[in-house]
Amino acid sequence: MPHDHCDHPHSLLPPDPALRVKALETILTRKGLIDPAALDEIIDTYQNRIGPANGARVVARAWSDPAFKADLLADADPLLADLGFYGRQGEHVVVVENTPAQHNMVVCTLCSCYPWPLLGIPPGWYKSDAYRARAVREPRKVLAEFGVSLPQDTSVRVWDSTAEVRYLVLPMRPEGSDGMSEDELTALVSRDSMIGTGLARKPEAPA
Amino acid sequence: MTRMHDMGGRFGDGPVRPDAEDAPVFAEDWHGRALAVTLAAGALGQWNIDTSRHARERLAPKDYARFSYYEKWLAGLATLLVEKQVLRAEDLAQTADGGEGGEGTGAAAVAPHPLAARALKAADVAAALAKGGPADRPSEVAIAYAPGDAVRCRRPGGNRLVDGGHTRLPSYAVGALGRIVRVHGTHVLPDSAAHGLGEAPEPLYAVAFAASELWSAPEHPGDEVVLDLWQSYLEPV
Repeated sequence: MPHDHCDHPHSLLPPDPALRVKALETILTRKGLIDPAALDEIIDTYQNRIGPANGARVVARAWSDPAFKADLLADADPLLADLGFYGRQGEHVVVVENTPAQHNMVVCTLCSCYPWPLLGIPPGWYKSDAYRARAVREPRKVLAEFGVSLPQDTSVRVWDSTAEVRYLVLPMRPEGSDGMSEDELTALVSRDSMIGTGLARKPEAPA
Repeated sequence: MTRMHDMGGRFGDGPVRPDAEDAPVFAEDWHGRALAVTLAAGALGQWNIDTSRHARERLAPKDYARFSYYEKWLAGLATLLVEKQVLRAEDLAQTADGGEGGEGTGAAAVAPHPLAARALKAADVAAALAKGGPADRPSEVAIAYAPGDAVRCRRPGGNRLVDGGHTRLPSYAVGALGRIVRVHGTHVLPDSAAHGLGEAPEPLYAVAFAASELWSAPEHPGDEVVLDLWQSYLEPV
């Protein structure tokens, strides 16, 4: 096969992965090919600025504004761009709506595709062999491992992200959330509910 | 014909272990550094996303299985840096002590690298991430299917341009009967773009398959799996 290697370049690097990163960073920096300050900026972006709070804002707005929701389900990209949620690994987004009849769940069996501008960097379990292997074949057993059990009359649709289209699940608005503001609703939107391995949180009962 | 990354439907991986929602984004500091080095090196413009996926996928099966997620990224990056002649194997070998030794006279003694002008600067990171890399392109290939149309995934699967090459048709869907649920427009074909053979854009569809079409013991008769598949992966029924 043409592109397979017998001499793996990675085997030239130190065995400890933390040292392996350091080695690559050092040689690339020394040659002027990367700027360590740019690396700090990338890490800070995904650690502190781009994460599931963005997706939660989209979901809360869809729950609050039927016209926005209809437009979002029909063609999400222009609306997400307006909200400032366009970007790397979120260039083509499709939002899929959970209903009593159908529950949606997202996986990438081939690698780890995930809507970064809306949810940030995927959690470890999303990238794990167990999730990638099993989500398509036994989604209900996987959901049970997340503590989710669906009614028998709800079908499951699993979206395997095999192209550059990224999927966001619009979870069902929980009972008892009537009258809550958009800001209050964002607190009910868990990351996992937007991947489809969770449900939206129920509002706390008034004291 | 398959590679280790093509694991959809595989048995034996054990339970999924969910993390708390507030778990750190990067479990170890080096994970964030590995992601950032990979993104910054990608900004040099010497490969595309399909090339970089293929670099991880063609790790030796025993390496793919034993490496953690970001170790696969680092190994793929090392491969690309050498293959695309950004670095020489000797450059990597010099770093075996963790990068502290090597060209001890420091940066000033090193001749400028021809790609150095392309290095991503901290001030440009936000704009580069916001710009993204859309995959839709105009195409001369006419859209052949509409929502509701029945299609079958071609058999055998695998890359038809390069034997053992990159493809996004998972083996679990090869030969399966499905129906179009969404037309995504026309997108870069990874099977071509990963190998420097051009972007070859063509129609891309979301295609739904009944779980009973894919698995001998589906969990529920109403369940489905949807995959995004290029037109050349499909045959009319």
